[in-house]
Amino acid sequence: MSRIGVFICHCGENISATVDVVKVAEEAGKHEGVAYSTDYKYMCSEPGQTIIKQMIKEKGLTGVVVAACSPRMHEPTFRKACSEAGLNPYMCEMANLREHCSWVHDKSDATTKKAIDLVRMLVEKVKFNKPLYPIKVPVTKTALVIGGGIAGIQASLDIANSGHKVVLIEKDPSIGGHMSQLSETFPTLDCSQCILTPRMVEVAQHPNITLMTYSELEKLDGFIGNFKATIRKKAKSIDEKLCTGCGLCTTKCPTKKIPSEFNAGLGFRTAIYVPFPQAVPNKPVIDKENCRYYQQGKCKVCEKVCPTGAIRFNQEDELIEIEVGAVVVATGFNVMEPSEFPEYGYGKYKDVITGLQFERLASASGPTLGEIRRPSDGKIPKKIVFIACAGSRDPAKGIPYCSKICCMYTAKHAMLYQHKVHDGKSYIFYMDIRAGGKNYEEFTRRAIVEDEVNYIRGRVSKVYEENGKLIVKGVDTLLNARPVEIEADMVVLASAAVANPGSEELAQRMHISYDAYNFFSEAHPKLKPVETNTAGIFLAGACQAPKDIPETVSQASGAAAKVAILFSQDELSREPVVAVVNRSAPPVYSTCVGCFMCATACPYQAIGEELITDRKGNVIKKVAKVNPGLCQGCGTCVAFCRSKSIDIQGYSNEQMYTEVMALLNDE
Amino acid sequence: MKIGFYPGCSLTGSSREYKESILAISEKAGIELVEISDWNCCGATAAHNLNKELSVSLPARNLALAESDGIEELVVPCAACYNRLVMTQHELNEDEKLKSQIAEKLQMPLKNKLKILNVLQYLEEYFVPRLDELIKKPFEEEVACYYGCLLVRPNQVIKADRWEDPMSMDVIMQKLGAKPIDWAFKTECCGAGFSMSKTEIVGELSGKIVRNAVNQGAKAIVVACPMCHSNLDMRRPAINSYLKTKIEVPVMYITQAIALAMGMSEKEAGLQRHFVPVSFSVNC
Repeated sequence: MSRIGVFICHCGENISATVDVVKVAEEAGKHEGVAYSTDYKYMCSEPGQTIIKQMIKEKGLTGVVVAACSPRMHEPTFRKACSEAGLNPYMCEMANLREHCSWVHDKSDATTKKAIDLVRMLVEKVKFNKPLYPIKVPVTKTALVIGGGIAGIQASLDIANSGHKVVLIEKDPSIGGHMSQLSETFPTLDCSQCILTPRMVEVAQHPNITLMTYSELEKLDGFIGNFKATIRKKAKSIDEKLCTGCGLCTTKCPTKKIPSEFNAGLGFRTAIYVPFPQAVPNKPVIDKENCRYYQQGKCKVCEKVCPTGAIRFNQEDELIEIEVGAVVVATGFNVMEPSEFPEYGYGKYKDVITGLQFERLASASGPTLGEIRRPSDGKIPKKIVFIACAGSRDPAKGIPYCSKICCMYTAKHAMLYQHKVHDGKSYIFYMDIRAGGKNYEEFTRRAIVEDEVNYIRGRVSKVYEENGKLIVKGVDTLLNARPVEIEADMVVLASAAVANPGSEELAQRMHISYDAYNFFSEAHPKLKPVETNTAGIFLAGACQAPKDIPETVSQASGAAAKVAILFSQDELSREPVVAVVNRSAPPVYSTCVGCFMCATACPYQAIGEELITDRKGNVIKKVAKVNPGLCQGCGTCVAFCRSKSIDIQGYSNEQMYTEVMALLNDE
Repeated sequence: MKIGFYPGCSLTGSSREYKESILAISEKAGIELVEISDWNCCGATAAHNLNKELSVSLPARNLALAESDGIEELVVPCAACYNRLVMTQHELNEDEKLKSQIAEKLQMPLKNKLKILNVLQYLEEYFVPRLDELIKKPFEEEVACYYGCLLVRPNQVIKADRWEDPMSMDVIMQKLGAKPIDWAFKTECCGAGFSMSKTEIVGELSGKIVRNAVNQGAKAIVVACPMCHSNLDMRRPAINSYLKTKIEVPVMYITQAIALAMGMSEKEAGLQRHFVPVSFSVNC
């Protein structure tokens, strides 16, 4: 026989102003199985909780219903109070009288009636509640960080410095990411490489970090605390232990005209190459697609010149399986190929370049050693036009979002240009100047006022070449709203930041969600910005949305903190609100018929098989089994199950049915 | 093969050579173009600026007439007519209520399922696959393919290949043997209706188009719109006075280029009707 206590909260006046709380308590008291019922001004306060605890002990309550605010607000509070009084916390339920009743209705008898109904539903449900216990999961205290840009570097270092092991994988031959390509950084104009390269070295030397470059995630199985990652270590065609990084092979390689990825296509590299001189690790890889030996079967010049005999042409990709407890995804972003807009002539005119290419031109380590020289003839451009929002905020190009970083880097580009070409003139076509951020607005003002960059508010309709000049046709929408034509020597497009190619497949491989633009989705846009919807997988940097370096680093540290929190425990305790497949006595064993519709429906790959055997080990029945570590309690399998064999603990079919019936069987 | 044909006003007047050439090449290719009986104005410019209902019902009547003639495919050479007919079809298909209102007003049934083709689409469908057999003398000239605005916009409805830098006409001309030049003014405004009211604006806008075509090495400008043609051709004096030089580059319809390539005479192609003299007979 149930002995249920009902506790009605006034929530100050939030509930009591519209609901007759005294009457609700009175009516609840009359309900079958209710042993005690009362109301109080603030149930969540210390004295309120004391009432609950006292009554559990005094009246020997077997279940508790607190009729107050949303369970999202105070369910943990009341469950904790119950458990302190010796009651299983999952025997406590909340009726939401505030958000679901008093806040959305006027004071009336009907409102009070609804409150009474809500309480009755929960009383009936609690009668079917069963004691539940948190699920314990062991934790492997190693983190996998995917992506070796600034986000991955920061996250790896923070996790490693908190005393945990990290495996950092990077698909390119070197870590460093886009940040290593940048010249100076806004808003301080400090050199990107100068602040980044020490961190890269730190990663390589940290005793807690295992760095795997030229490696990609092949497969991710398992669940929070217990992931199993398969990593494809692509063949570098060298023996890393023997290679000293002397670089002789790269100077002798006969295939020299491969566009350099690091220089955004503005320079060349060889087939055996180190992406840039400060690369970490500073050891070359052979690009098989372009290598003369791999393509034509003859050459092997690198092998002949290598003083340590480190070249290994027969090396194959390795698949390495590692166990990790958490994953930080930091795979970064890409820049939109401006060939999407033929009107700007990118790809047609050599001197129309992207912002990333301009970074390389302005960088001391770039193809021009930091001099601003245009790609077509190497001349210093005297008139340069920057086009902001090339693709961004343009639904016609499929990108309605703001790429966020372009306003700032375009201001920086114009500034760097003015600092390097004193007699040059720079123009920026913009929609709005979005300079929100510490010292950002001051920075763009500096570009306008001190460096005399000409900001033109308006869009560019066309860039074309005539008589050796790039004619930029646009509009100045301020003052007289007049058409503008500028004869430029070079045009720089702030092309939109887009998700990396392959990010969709990567997300599917890890079972995390992604948005319409293939950026990975955070669990909550405000309160869970680094978590994904899959427990144990976290996000850092521009793989989630375009962002600048300070923001990326903050998020990476945030993700690292989340990993450290996870690793601070030896066992994980999880809410037991998970699906279970029922089991019963022989000869039925379970009503599950083993159709595995649930397994196909499960978004988290949480459902596997279980073989029920007799004592001799003969298989009697094959049924579904939910892995409580993976299950997120979404209930999709429950809806799919044809034989009603699956229940969510705490929200069983029986409990839901009782709630509904309590509502329909109006007393 | 029978295909419907809506000439519109221009093709019966200032650009009758456009009609002559399209009919001539169609006949030679064995395609019968059947003019819609009792067709009326498409409502271009005036109607859709002033009266929404009229701007839809005028083209709708033409569509209904074509349907009652049993036509399934309709060729509309004038870009403005094409635009009005396609836009009307789109608007009526988006709005069932408006469609029944208009049908009631017209007192004609309107299924509104007609396939409407502009000249480029017509050529792509019925000529391009057969060019090898149809062409007698390849049109080996450097040409600037000029699309203007109405063949490509609004893109949400027209769905042109690349509306900022369309290529469909270039592809056809290339197959004809021509060398389409790379230029920047394919879809720039020619000045359109200012042809009548403010000719000097047409002089400037069309002048820039012609200048870029010439600078990029075009020996002819190829068009598929009567408005574009008249501005680039008939308004050449205004263009010349804006550019302060005499520009000789001729402007011709794509159908005329095809007619020449198919071995017709300049007269059959209607080249004698232009203000800026066209002569490619030596080369072809």
